Amino acid sequence: MHPIRKQRLYLVLFLILFSSVAVGLVTYALRGNINLFFSPADVAAGKAPVGQAIRVGGMVVEGSVQRSDDSLAVRFVVTDYEATVPVVYEGILPDLFGEGQGAVASGALDEYGVMQATEVLAKHDENYMPPEVADALEKSGYDHKGKAQ
Amino acid sequence: MIPEIGHYALINALCLAVILAVLPAWGAWRRNTTAMSLAPGLAVGQLVFVAISFACLAAAFLQDDFTVKVVASNSNSLLPPMYKFSALWGNHEGSLLLWALILCFWTTAVALLSPQLPMQVLSRVLSVMGGIAVGFLSFSLFTSNPFERLLPGSPVDGSDLNPLLQDPGLIIHPPLLYMGYVGFSVAFAFAIAALLGGRLDASWARWSRPWTNVAWAFLTLGIMLGSWWAYYELGWGGWWFWDPVENASFMPWLAGTALIHSLAATEKRGLFKSWTVLLAIFAFSLSLLGTFLVRSGVLTSVHAFATDPARGMFILLFLAIVVGGSLILYALRAPAVSSRVSFAWVSRESLLLFNNVVFLVATLTVLFGTLFPLFMDALGQGKYSVGPPYFNAVFVPLMALLAPFMGLGPVSRWKGDTVARWKGELGISAAVAVVCGLTLPLLGADYNLWVALAALLAAWLVLGLVRDAWYRVRGASSLGSGLRRLTPSYCGMLLAHLGFAACVLGVVATSQYNVERDLKMSPGDSETLAGYTFEFVELAPVRGPNFVADEARFRVTKDNELIATLAPQKRRYLASGSVMTEAAIDAGLFRDLFVAMGEPIGSDGAWAIRLHYKPMVRWMWLGAILMGFGGFATALDKRYRRQRRTATASAQGVLHGA
Repeated sequence: MHPIRKQRLYLVLFLILFSSVAVGLVTYALRGNINLFFSPADVAAGKAPVGQAIRVGGMVVEGSVQRSDDSLAVRFVVTDYEATVPVVYEGILPDLFGEGQGAVASGALDEYGVMQATEVLAKHDENYMPPEVADALEKSGYDHKGKAQ
Repeated sequence: MIPEIGHYALINALCLAVILAVLPAWGAWRRNTTAMSLAPGLAVGQLVFVAISFACLAAAFLQDDFTVKVVASNSNSLLPPMYKFSALWGNHEGSLLLWALILCFWTTAVALLSPQLPMQVLSRVLSVMGGIAVGFLSFSLFTSNPFERLLPGSPVDGSDLNPLLQDPGLIIHPPLLYMGYVGFSVAFAFAIAALLGGRLDASWARWSRPWTNVAWAFLTLGIMLGSWWAYYELGWGGWWFWDPVENASFMPWLAGTALIHSLAATEKRGLFKSWTVLLAIFAFSLSLLGTFLVRSGVLTSVHAFATDPARGMFILLFLAIVVGGSLILYALRAPAVSSRVSFAWVSRESLLLFNNVVFLVATLTVLFGTLFPLFMDALGQGKYSVGPPYFNAVFVPLMALLAPFMGLGPVSRWKGDTVARWKGELGISAAVAVVCGLTLPLLGADYNLWVALAALLAAWLVLGLVRDAWYRVRGASSLGSGLRRLTPSYCGMLLAHLGFAACVLGVVATSQYNVERDLKMSPGDSETLAGYTFEFVELAPVRGPNFVADEARFRVTKDNELIATLAPQKRRYLASGSVMTEAAIDAGLFRDLFVAMGEPIGSDGAWAIRLHYKPMVRWMWLGAILMGFGGFATALDKRYRRQRRTATASAQGVLHGA
């Protein structure tokens, strides 16, 4: 075989080997580190798995935010106006978090149906709604003020 | 009146761009010198009109002209003038205009600074850039006109700039980033011009290389500023979130890093030509993809401005034309420009190839992680999100794999080398690096294997570079003359690789030794973190130009010695009513101390407080700055200018001969 051709062949083989390793790495990394969004209605219908990393989002119910007096623990309820999911979180909430606003919690559901959140995301500005939340609200047929559409 | 002038200037610029895209390319094809010679003038004209347009929008912002829609929704009369100006690019329409301005700037720079280029090549390059300008200017005019008026019913005052963007870092971050993004359009234009002309040789790489390096350097600095801004302004002490929009800027950087290395092989050895062209197309396509991801609003991110499906469609279409068109051209013409140059397995070429494979795979894994949620959503498979652990799991091993070979690169020889010579050159460095790896983590809080690995790799890189530089310098009569013997290209490489080593060390040390604590604190409380005692002295209300704030005052002491007083704030901006965390940081080369306020808790005046001890976090940004300066330094190399003189001389020779 022509030496340059041979070199190219080895090169291609190396590339295939290297990219298969990379693909393997990617699928392995992906398996443990992606999480799916569920609306409160999905959670109520039992569609969300217990104990796996997921995200749940909706509007924070007015008057539902309760803080602990001696730690950073906080409990609130999110709703898509069809169902509600209680969320427990310990840590600092984002600046834009508030009652009657959209929020997404990532974490895992425990066996009592409470979302044990490791992170809470709120919308980025006054006019902006996390797309997942907007979508979930649209599905349940309410707008973000809770009025039926 | 002024906004209308701006609008009119923008329309003029579009007309010039259309002519620039068509006429010189036609001239290059028909060998019509008159058509070709128009190109530089058209490029300058385009820049002038876009600059007028930009100045008009800036005037509207500075004069608080709230009849203009973007001003009304992104500025406020209370805003300090500096931020009024930067508010121009703190929104979709304005940032697009900035993009167009920078594109025109690059086009003009190519037109004016390239007398060495053959006229045909220059015309093709400028035409391709004109084509890109047509795309962006029409995007601006047809879907997101920055000069749209709110008449009648214009508001008395504007609804303010997002407080997150009211920061000095944000004044320079977007322009630098765009200089990088758009700068890759030059590399792209050179690649397309070469494909069109069917001539792809070492001189092509020599023309394209300084531009690509400079664009890459800007992108590096832009990304670094973004990371730094996120660190102190988003308030929570993170410096890289693998946020889709960060990825959007990081992917062109990764592809660009591969590109600047394969350009080196193409220039010096005439190798990997087709590959280099493909990388140039790839890097610019990723820049466009980044724009699409950011501007179409398909992603959730701090950077995603208000969304409009028409805009997303427009950019997607533009992206399809650019990527599809250039790949078709590549498929048709690339075989004609391929080469047959051989090299041994143990050689600098192989190492550069390895660099390319690693960076390409890194780009693709980041691309995959970024687009995966979009694909799954489009396929109706649900709304996924891919988190930082995925990116860390694939990216960190790739970079760790890269570093050992990176240490070999600078000492290796082109064409063919021997392992025995490498051993002789780097044996001592390797031994010293192992010692560094074993001992340096002892300086940290505890012995950490990851830090040991990072110290090993960084020391391996640095020692290899130092040794190589020393070999080049030592023969000279004095150190000064020896240093002068090093070419700017070499110094640039040196700086950039040292920067990479600093980055590796900074990233790993700060991730491993970082101490973070969220807790409830009342005035009078104190908390000790990594030997530093943070004392919450008092809480005071403060008033700024356009906000009111609660300020927590902290005294930080170590061994009863005052280290710093820190005053983080919780601001409420008056115009929008939005609340913002302003962290307080005591910066140092070896550690940062970071305090941020959460929210008030309970009734006794307590607050949620975040305390951070972040060792060596600055090394990452210093490393990025070194890389950026390295990129600029390479462009200063004499050979890019000497070439011009000889080219002019030979051109004159041809003229005289004729």
